[in-house]
Amino acid sequence: MAAYDWFFDTVGLREWCNATKSEGTMSMADLLAKANGGAAETSWWEVPFPSLDTLNKSCEAVIRTRDFTASIEQAFLGVKDKMKVVLDPLTQPLSWMLDGALSLFVGTPWWLLIALMLMLTYYASRNVLVTIFVAFSFFLLAFIDHYTYAVQTLSIIFVCTILSVLMGVPIGIAMSKSNTFQRFTIPILDMLQTLPSFVYLIPLIFLFSVTESKLYGIAIIMYAIVPVVRLTDLGIRLVDKDVIEAANAFGMTSRQKLFGVEIPLALPNIMAGINQTIMMALAMVVIASLVSAPGLGTLVLRGIRNLELGVGLVSGFAIVLLAVVLDRVSKASLARINAAQSH
Amino acid sequence: MASDYTLNKASVPAKVVIKDLYKIFGTNPKMGLQHVRNGVNKTDLLDQYGQVLGLRDINVEMGEGQITVIMGLSGSGKSTLIRHLNRLIEPTAGEILVDGVDVMSYSKSQLRELRQSQMSMVFQKFALLPHRSVLVNAGMAMRIRGEEEDAINAEAYKWLERVGLKGVENQYPHQLSGGMQQRVGIARALTSNAPIMLMDEAFSALDPLIRTDMQNLLLELQKDLHKTIVFITHDLDEALKIADHLVILKDGHTVQQGEPQDILLNPCDPYIEDFVGDINRARVLRARSIMLPLSGELPSDTQGQVDHDDTLESIIARSGGDISHGFIVTKEGTPVGTIDMTAVLKALVPRISTDTGVRNY
Ligand SMILES: Nc1ncnc2c1ncn2[C@@H]1O[C@H](COP(=O)(O)OP(=O)(O)O)[C@@H](O)[C@H]1O
Ligand SMILES: [Mg+2]
Repeated sequence: MAAYDWFFDTVGLREWCNATKSEGTMSMADLLAKANGGAAETSWWEVPFPSLDTLNKSCEAVIRTRDFTASIEQAFLGVKDKMKVVLDPLTQPLSWMLDGALSLFVGTPWWLLIALMLMLTYYASRNVLVTIFVAFSFFLLAFIDHYTYAVQTLSIIFVCTILSVLMGVPIGIAMSKSNTFQRFTIPILDMLQTLPSFVYLIPLIFLFSVTESKLYGIAIIMYAIVPVVRLTDLGIRLVDKDVIEAANAFGMTSRQKLFGVEIPLALPNIMAGINQTIMMALAMVVIASLVSAPGLGTLVLRGIRNLELGVGLVSGFAIVLLAVVLDRVSKASLARINAAQSH
Repeated sequence: MASDYTLNKASVPAKVVIKDLYKIFGTNPKMGLQHVRNGVNKTDLLDQYGQVLGLRDINVEMGEGQITVIMGLSGSGKSTLIRHLNRLIEPTAGEILVDGVDVMSYSKSQLRELRQSQMSMVFQKFALLPHRSVLVNAGMAMRIRGEEEDAINAEAYKWLERVGLKGVENQYPHQLSGGMQQRVGIARALTSNAPIMLMDEAFSALDPLIRTDMQNLLLELQKDLHKTIVFITHDLDEALKIADHLVILKDGHTVQQGEPQDILLNPCDPYIEDFVGDINRARVLRARSIMLPLSGELPSDTQGQVDHDDTLESIIARSGGDISHGFIVTKEGTPVGTIDMTAVLKALVPRISTDTGVRNY
């Protein structure tokens, strides 16, 4: 006698239960119960929660939880091939970009790449101290033989940030223009931001093979695009209403208004979003080493897998250093833009 | 109070005409409009129907080349009214005619064309582009129209110099004082070369002395440019100083409109009497408003001539305080009337005392 037999008897579903015998394999608990010579009467104190598995014991027409998860998997596998037909060509350029950037970054001689990065840093921030700090960091990383790993990580962040900005800014603009679109988008952004990073990887692993770099590219972009979208939307909504009114009063077209007024005035906020996007891309690229993303994350992984404490700690330090470098450079550029248009 | 006002100076054609204009803010303006037409007032409309009365039955003609001043306390609907002229706000009912054409019939692109080249605007909070230099700000209107960069800059330089801003062309708005920023705002409006200029409390954010400077600048520019200016203010002194035609708004409707001197001498409503009570009338009223028109021979017992635009203040100074004096009033040299000191003194006292407690709005 199982705990909920009385329920199916009184409601009159007994026949329906007996008509469809489930043919699933027996669980360990079932086997144990069988071995004990059938379930004993349960006292009211020990009545189990009417979960799928419990109900299944009383009525075999009710599916078990593992059948349920299996059916989700089946459904997913069922649409997988169809989705791949659409998604594969669509996302293929991402693989090329990631691989291209990777070989470009790694293939460039170290002295040239560091020089270029220092020039870029100075051009973006106009700040000598920040440039010196970046130079120091790279020489330090190179000195402890983490240069290649750091550059691999950097190339992935580079590609993913650019793509996040290219897609995120237009989405943010559309959100700022349409309240309906904003209402529809915000829950998605909330979900992307609150999902634990590992959960992203699960459906992606099914969809794409782990050997393809777009797998981690997509995971990183989905995670990192959120702040730039949010802050573009916010920035454009916060543009001074008086200035917008002046733009309208002088007959600007929406296009002139967007590029001549709204985006420039929202730029400090958009840049703050890009700063956060870069930091989130870095966080995700470390986790993405689980699915074959190269870079500093692989060293952390090695530290965990092989219990190589030193490797893990040093690569962790390298990641922190890289994070500080990226943060300082983007913040310094942000400060420069703010200074240029403070009111 | 629908006043069917038409310009008394037949020589000035109307550039902008507003006819039977209503504006109701809220969720159901059409319903609100019905109630307002049936005589529901602003307070009741808000309390009982939840709609905000913006404007009620506005009829104004704005003469070409004249300064029309719209005055009223804050919340009386001035900004709402001026924004109807270029349709930054859409009316609930009524017509807005510019050069005889109803702006309401304009398509989107015609409306943009109107804003680009027919009407320019100056704002209370300046509303300059903070990320652009003074020069670029001044050339904004022409750049929107897509004109040649050289031509834009030449015009911008010219008007910046004209408003007294030579030398700051490459600075940014936040580097300038409020008065200078508003000069940029005026230069921006002038560079657009539009015949109509809308000014919404353009000088209200400025210190009194700078404000006087700006008023003088505006009058001086207007002497050469003859724009059709719609100027909004809550300050009667400012209104009287620059208005050719004065419209007084209260709770979204016109209480009185006409020649400023007429309104000062014949206020038709306690609200306006209260307004004009605090004014230094000697400095505002002019000989032409209180003179007796010339009939027949020139009187011989006068003490000299005064111009028809002289203020009473200057006439009192001329008389040296002697109330037996009288003067001949001339216009461009030819006598047009006479004025005696008794009339001058009488005009200095408001028609009705304001101590009777009408200040209850
Ligand atoms: N967008 C709006 N929605 C609702 N009410 C408004 C809106 N704009 C103006 N009003 C109301 O209309 C009235 C006139 O406002 P406004 O034209 O700004 O007055 P003023 O410029 O004379 O100070 C005020 O009572 C104001 O609250
Ligand atoms: Mg206002």
